[in-house]
Amino acid sequence: MSNMKRRTFLKGTLAAGAAGMAVSAGLLTPRAVLAAWPTAAFEAKTVPDALTSLMGSDKLDGSDKITIKAPDIAENGAVVPVSVETSIEGVSSISIISEKNASPLSASFKLGSGTEAFVATRIKLAKTMSVVAVVKSGDKLYSTGKEVKVTIGGCGG
Amino acid sequence: MNKLLSIIAILGIVASLPQTSVATPEDDLKAFQEYYKLRFPEVPFNDYVNGVYALDADSRAQWEAIEDFPPYELNIEKGKEMFNKPFKNGKTYASCFKNEGIGIRQNYPYFDTKTGKVVTLEGAINACREANGEEPLGWKKGPLADISAYMAYTSRGNVFDIKIPDDPRAIDAYNKGKQFFYAKRGQLNMACADCHVYNAGNRIRADLLSPALGQLTHFPVYRSKWGELGTTQRRYGGCNEQVRAKAFKPQSEEYNNLEYFHTYMSNGLEVNGPGARK
Amino acid sequence: MANSIKVRAKVTGGVTTVKALISHPMETGLVKDKKTGELIPAHFIQEVTCEHNGTNVLTAWWGASISKNPYLSFRFKGGKAGDTLKLHWVDNKGESDSLETKIA
Repeated sequence: MSNMKRRTFLKGTLAAGAAGMAVSAGLLTPRAVLAAWPTAAFEAKTVPDALTSLMGSDKLDGSDKITIKAPDIAENGAVVPVSVETSIEGVSSISIISEKNASPLSASFKLGSGTEAFVATRIKLAKTMSVVAVVKSGDKLYSTGKEVKVTIGGCGG
Repeated sequence: MNKLLSIIAILGIVASLPQTSVATPEDDLKAFQEYYKLRFPEVPFNDYVNGVYALDADSRAQWEAIEDFPPYELNIEKGKEMFNKPFKNGKTYASCFKNEGIGIRQNYPYFDTKTGKVVTLEGAINACREANGEEPLGWKKGPLADISAYMAYTSRGNVFDIKIPDDPRAIDAYNKGKQFFYAKRGQLNMACADCHVYNAGNRIRADLLSPALGQLTHFPVYRSKWGELGTTQRRYGGCNEQVRAKAFKPQSEEYNNLEYFHTYMSNGLEVNGPGARK
Repeated sequence: MANSIKVRAKVTGGVTTVKALISHPMETGLVKDKKTGELIPAHFIQEVTCEHNGTNVLTAWWGASISKNPYLSFRFKGGKAGDTLKLHWVDNKGESDSLETKIA
């Protein structure tokens, strides 16, 4: 009995501690600021969790109609130009997942009705990994990926 | 008298000899640029201003993606604002420079025969501030780099034309810079030339080594590594530290002489600053 | 003070291409300050929206793994030269900025 109480007490302390640290590190969004920003998806530590949290599903259909442009070898992992374009019709969103980053979801773009299925940005990659583009059309999720090598430079890079 | 005559005669003969034993800066320049032409025959001369991007397609593609809307544009804007803002005494930077400071990057560094010292663009910017009662700015980054970026930007396309006047002090400064460039330093015992002349185009771990020809034309530079803009001599310091040598202070005589020699070697190439690099 | 947003918006053949560069540190909260040894708090843009003549054409949700001084590009149909484009961002600290510009 006393063991169980102690365990619960410890668990509670840890939880409060972690949350407290997260808040002070600015990782938790003040609720009032952006209700829509998908906190759980951006904090998810695995690709399936990020996808389920963001889209309600982690079932991806590979598609050759998506073009993801990213370098073979990133010059600097802090600034990696990435673009995604697709000929799939009726695209409502394009998301970029950096599979081995601590939090794999990098970005999600919701497109207006007249907006073309194309986005470009620059992302941080912690190490060599696949960058996966996830295209949502209707209820389906299509994807394609590209491996980007991230290396250790010799010139302080 | 005879001894004196023979000395004069010898001096006369030596003076008339072709300068094969004592290389002039012009000789150095020719040899330097020839070396790279032979080393990288497929690289057009003008492309050296783009450093490693003239040598590697994959990194060039990434650089071009960044150049499409480069982060240093924010710096040019800030630099322009500061450049046009009058000092407390009402004067502006324009009053310190030829052509009001527009389109003059290609003339720096120059040898000031009055003071007997090399003057860099950054040096001239701070000298202008101090001459007008303002505090000097930090040498490596921040507002000074922004102003330098704006001035470089207005000079894009102008051809570097560093002058070495027929003054023994200028030649001495040039030679000191040249010596620095070729001298080994640091625990890693490496010279600038080791990486950027003899190993230009080779890799050091995963980095590609840029040729020293055209190396300074794009400064100040927004390095992805720094996440901000920095000056030539910021990079000199960093590079020295990378071979585990103690960095000299920015605008020290050592670095100014080095920058004098180093920029002179790119005479004939166009200004393309500010630049974006990894 | 210069705006944090720079935008280029150009229409060709009925398609407007928008390119934006935003000045922002995009701190992840995982990097230590070299001088103090303390973690630099996370400070990154969470949402960027673009409106064309008052109608939303794009909402971007970003995490801290978008690069510092972030870049964004996208295209939409139906714009004309002279139309108003408004870009707006909000970060995790509640800071924000916007810029209105005309399509070229």
